[in-house]
Amino acid sequence: MVLLDLQGQLRRMSDAAVIRFILDGELIEVDNVDPTRTVLQYLREDLRRMGTKEGCAEGDCGACTVVLAELRRDGKGVELKAVNSCIQFLPTLDGKELITVESLVNGEELHPVQKAMVDYHASQCGFCTPGFIMSLFALYETNPNPDRLDIDDALAGNLCRCTGYRPIITAALEMGFLPRQTWPDRTMALKKIQRKESLQIEYQGRRFFAPENCAELASLLQQYPGATMLAGGTDVGLWVTKQHRELDVVIYTGKVAELCELQVTATHIDIGGAVTLSEAVPIVVEHYPGFDELFRRFASPPIRNAGTLGGNIANGSPIGDSMTAFMVVGTSLVLRCGDAERDVMLDGFYHDYMTNDLQPGEFVVRIKIPLPTENAVVSSQKWSKRFDQDISAVCTAYRLVVDDGTVSSFRMACGGLAATVSRARNTEAAVVGQPWTEATIENACQAIAADFAPISDMRASANIRLQASQNMLRRFFAETQDEELETVYMYGRQR
Amino acid sequence: MAGSAKPVRKREPAVGAPLPHDSARLHVTGQASYTDDLPEPRDLLHLAVGMSTVAHAKIRNIDLAAVRAVAGVVEVCTADDIRGMNNCGPIVADDPIFANDLVQYVGQPIFAVAAASVDAARKAARRARIDYHELEAILDPLTAVEKKSFVLPSETLVRGDPDAALSAAPHRAKRRLFLGGQDQFYLEGHIAMVLLQDDGCLLVYSSTQHPDEVQTLVAKATHRSSSDVTVICRRMGGAFGGKESQAALIACIAAVTTDKTGRSCKLRLDRDDDMIMTGKRHDFVIDYDVGFDDTGMILGIDFMFASRCGMSADLSGPVNDRTMFSCDNAYYLENVRIVSHRCKTHTVSNTAFRGFGGPQGMYAIEYAIEDIARKLGMDPLQVRRRNFYGTDDRNVTPYHQTVDDNIIAEIFDRLAVSSDYEKRRDEILEFNSNSTILKRGISMTPVKFGISFTSTLLNQAGALVHVYKDGTVQLNHGGTEMGQGLYIKVAQVVADEFQIDVDRIRIMAADTSKVPNASATAASSGSDMNGMAAKIAAAKIRSRLTEFAARHFSVTEAQIEFRDNGVQIDNQYLTFQELVQLAWADRVSLSATGFYKTPKINYDRDTFSGRPFFYFAYGAAVTEVVVDTLTGENRCLRVDILHDCGDSLNPAMDLGQIEGGYVQGVGWLMTEELWWNERGELGTHAPSTYKIPTCSDLAPDFRVELMQSVPNAADTIYRSKAVGEPPLMLALSAFHAIRDAIADDACPLPDLHAPATPESILKTIGAASGE
Repeated sequence: MVLLDLQGQLRRMSDAAVIRFILDGELIEVDNVDPTRTVLQYLREDLRRMGTKEGCAEGDCGACTVVLAELRRDGKGVELKAVNSCIQFLPTLDGKELITVESLVNGEELHPVQKAMVDYHASQCGFCTPGFIMSLFALYETNPNPDRLDIDDALAGNLCRCTGYRPIITAALEMGFLPRQTWPDRTMALKKIQRKESLQIEYQGRRFFAPENCAELASLLQQYPGATMLAGGTDVGLWVTKQHRELDVVIYTGKVAELCELQVTATHIDIGGAVTLSEAVPIVVEHYPGFDELFRRFASPPIRNAGTLGGNIANGSPIGDSMTAFMVVGTSLVLRCGDAERDVMLDGFYHDYMTNDLQPGEFVVRIKIPLPTENAVVSSQKWSKRFDQDISAVCTAYRLVVDDGTVSSFRMACGGLAATVSRARNTEAAVVGQPWTEATIENACQAIAADFAPISDMRASANIRLQASQNMLRRFFAETQDEELETVYMYGRQR
Repeated sequence: MAGSAKPVRKREPAVGAPLPHDSARLHVTGQASYTDDLPEPRDLLHLAVGMSTVAHAKIRNIDLAAVRAVAGVVEVCTADDIRGMNNCGPIVADDPIFANDLVQYVGQPIFAVAAASVDAARKAARRARIDYHELEAILDPLTAVEKKSFVLPSETLVRGDPDAALSAAPHRAKRRLFLGGQDQFYLEGHIAMVLLQDDGCLLVYSSTQHPDEVQTLVAKATHRSSSDVTVICRRMGGAFGGKESQAALIACIAAVTTDKTGRSCKLRLDRDDDMIMTGKRHDFVIDYDVGFDDTGMILGIDFMFASRCGMSADLSGPVNDRTMFSCDNAYYLENVRIVSHRCKTHTVSNTAFRGFGGPQGMYAIEYAIEDIARKLGMDPLQVRRRNFYGTDDRNVTPYHQTVDDNIIAEIFDRLAVSSDYEKRRDEILEFNSNSTILKRGISMTPVKFGISFTSTLLNQAGALVHVYKDGTVQLNHGGTEMGQGLYIKVAQVVADEFQIDVDRIRIMAADTSKVPNASATAASSGSDMNGMAAKIAAAKIRSRLTEFAARHFSVTEAQIEFRDNGVQIDNQYLTFQELVQLAWADRVSLSATGFYKTPKINYDRDTFSGRPFFYFAYGAAVTEVVVDTLTGENRCLRVDILHDCGDSLNPAMDLGQIEGGYVQGVGWLMTEELWWNERGELGTHAPSTYKIPTCSDLAPDFRVELMQSVPNAADTIYRSKAVGEPPLMLALSAFHAIRDAIADDACPLPDLHAPATPESILKTIGAASGE
């Protein structure tokens, strides 16, 4: 591979409107480009690199999967992560290395992931294959000898319609036993393309900003209060690819240093508004193991690698999973508008369908999740047609404190049952002060019907949604009575 | 030219070897070109389709001003611009390319926009203002039956005296089943690119299972002769039946727009548009009434099938015929009535999907078998064995074909042992008696699937083989490659015919200019038919080479043996290349066509009797599941499959078809739900809402075996068997394992409808417990 000749190529380092990234060891500079052009469009239409495929243009099939290499925030080398190129806008590549299926071949020699896929007959029609190769490549770089559960997790965002997955799983199990190949470390090259001034693109009257710090972001939002906030693009991407909307001003949060910070204080897990789900989830689950299954089933690795907790919360979909979980543990948000910051509780943040407490020009700086208390049982459940990469028909979360057999505190939040994620107040009231028994739960199940009047849609019908939420509460009770009671999700899949 | 005495290297037979897919290396490196990856001509226009937003209406007015106003738009094309026939229906001419004054489903194409970019075309296509006069829409099969709304006449097949048998039967079971459809969800959506040639001809690159039909329909739509249209398809990114007839619509739209604009045009459907605009597996309402004795033997059975065909006939005739031919599955039905309604609804016209009506027929009989077992308190396995076709008697199908290759009992016996069925069933009963929330279930189901197009005339295939002076070969045949491994299998056949290595054979794209009048690559028949045609073509050349060598070297033909990349001529050995060069110099033709028509089959569509199938393929599966009875969520835990491929041409490809078919079938029966609203709009038109299986859905313990050492009784290519469709129906075991898991005293006969989503399972449990 050609190594980057930075001296010769960085001719326009000061130009704030040039997108710079590395591809196949070379510096690529792009300017005068539609900022909402997707990475996939750029690859296929501009570079005519046809290996990366479009299967759905909404981040749900994985045929477009590419891998991005980014400098770690702690300064220790780079990390590789798979993302869906179909909904990533080109400017978000700035400062990163883009790796596509074409990048992996070294002359005639296949990468071990590619070789294993050939050896075990893991492609049939071959259309999904480049995406699988890239997801497996990202896995190979971090965990070359994965077990079945690792493989299931890594491939949750890649659909194959031909093979039934068995040979792909075999290839993934075997790839680590082939002669090892290591992806070149481009830390130095990546450091050299980090910019000193923030990226600003103007294209045919439309603008794209990638501020580098909170002050810059706050002032941009003062200037353009109607701007589209872009984080992982897992929703905004679809506005462009599916709804064909033209976004006049886009402000990308992914480079705002303060928003990318993640720390655990004495009292809270503090998650910056632009921290990706992939970064945030392990910390959250470490403190709240009861959320583990929910977050395993939450979207897919390429979506979690791009999508942010802040985005999930600010977007406020009634079927968003993270807020359901966070609501029961007393999460609050730090919001900023101009120079002013304020704290609001997540419970109460949502006013109605897709509307929330954010004022024009205001944004989510941090999500503050209180650390768990010893005596509380915290758990969550997701109910959907498919285990992985499905949107919840119903999502529930619970926080329970029982003192001497009597419930002293009970919180329950539900997604999928109303116009917003919200607490089940009547249900909670039916439980608090009562003995933690089946009879109490049966009463509480009746109360759920008073809390919610769900709708029917393609994910589930109204009455079954309600029944499912009641049964999920029953299941939570059963789990508190029997620690051995497994979920179907994990059944038979232990390592 | 003098050869050596011996071959340099021994050559292993190609047929029967688990060779990799011919494009495997191209797949994993991203180099395999699909239609959208081909180089684009400089004048290319990109198309998007304007679709109906209502289910049934007269069009009063179409205002396209806003469409034309979008920057980049070059032209808009409507029904008025079609020079030839405004039809893309394959059998009945009832499928307009563009709706003229009547729309009959949400998503029906009304016009196409041609623009400089895909984005501009798609943006513009949404801006039309269409004034509809809405008409009453029929949106489900039962309403269609009630209103006698059919795309084709209803059919009835009767054998014996089902009414008498039913009334005399000691036991009866009746039921109404709702069985969902399925989207093909090929990863590569529909696409065609049409290039206008200097002589007015059209060159069409189409992702199609049926290039000949695309050629025919494009020719008709553009008022050309077939000889003026060439269709090429090197590979598809999956098809599964969805690109059998439906590809013609896409190609026809691109072709008529090419004629209007005088420029090359490409239409690549967005995923959502693809799922809304093009047909799927038929959903069914099925009634059955079965009479049986104390031993579980079926005495008489009465079936009613009502399928949603959608707004036009498309392939619904043969699809529903196959339902009628498959509702016996592996069981002898002495007294049977099969009524089949082909319902016209104001929804997208349903089409081929792997199994082609067969799965729905088998679903019905397997449900009946399970009900019989549960009513009698028997293991369903016993009831299945009790009713299997016999080998010497009880071996005639309701359509009067004798089942003369029956091996289902042997498959069942072997699989029952290898899967440890009895022991596991006992363990599951034990587990369930100690578990209130989680319940496990197990089921073993058979598959017997008839192989051949039921329309006899389609059972023909052609091939064209060229041998070049350097001893390399180009292989053309009428089959298309959609991932199933057809091309490598046929290449293996040709390699063995010449006794040369497979890598000397260049596999060519399906191309109507090479092989004319080819049938669709469908009905699992691809390798049976094209393998034979290619073998015949290669054998012609080999025979000419043999004749030449005998003459040239003055030996008898018996002294000539093709082997090890060459030919042994008495005690002299020539490489294949050496022999070919000598033959060429002697002016021997080194190119040949091959033609094959499936023997033995003959069948009278009017009486539904005869021999529609050359032979049957068999298989069986045992699936074990666990169900959460509080949430309805479930997981396959272990799968054991034993499947019959005869003497496999390529066990690796066949294994891939079996595994993939099974999982696709599980998707159909478990998670894949097509959901329409009351306006006839499909709500599940993207992978975000339509859920095909993912990696973690594959059972942690998944064991698949090919039935070894049972060659096809029929004289097929190397005694192999077709494998594309039959394994899909192995998934019925997963569905019935769910029923097994949730059946208990409160719910002895679970009224479970497919797909068995968590919602469907909860409803079933709730209905039984009176909730």
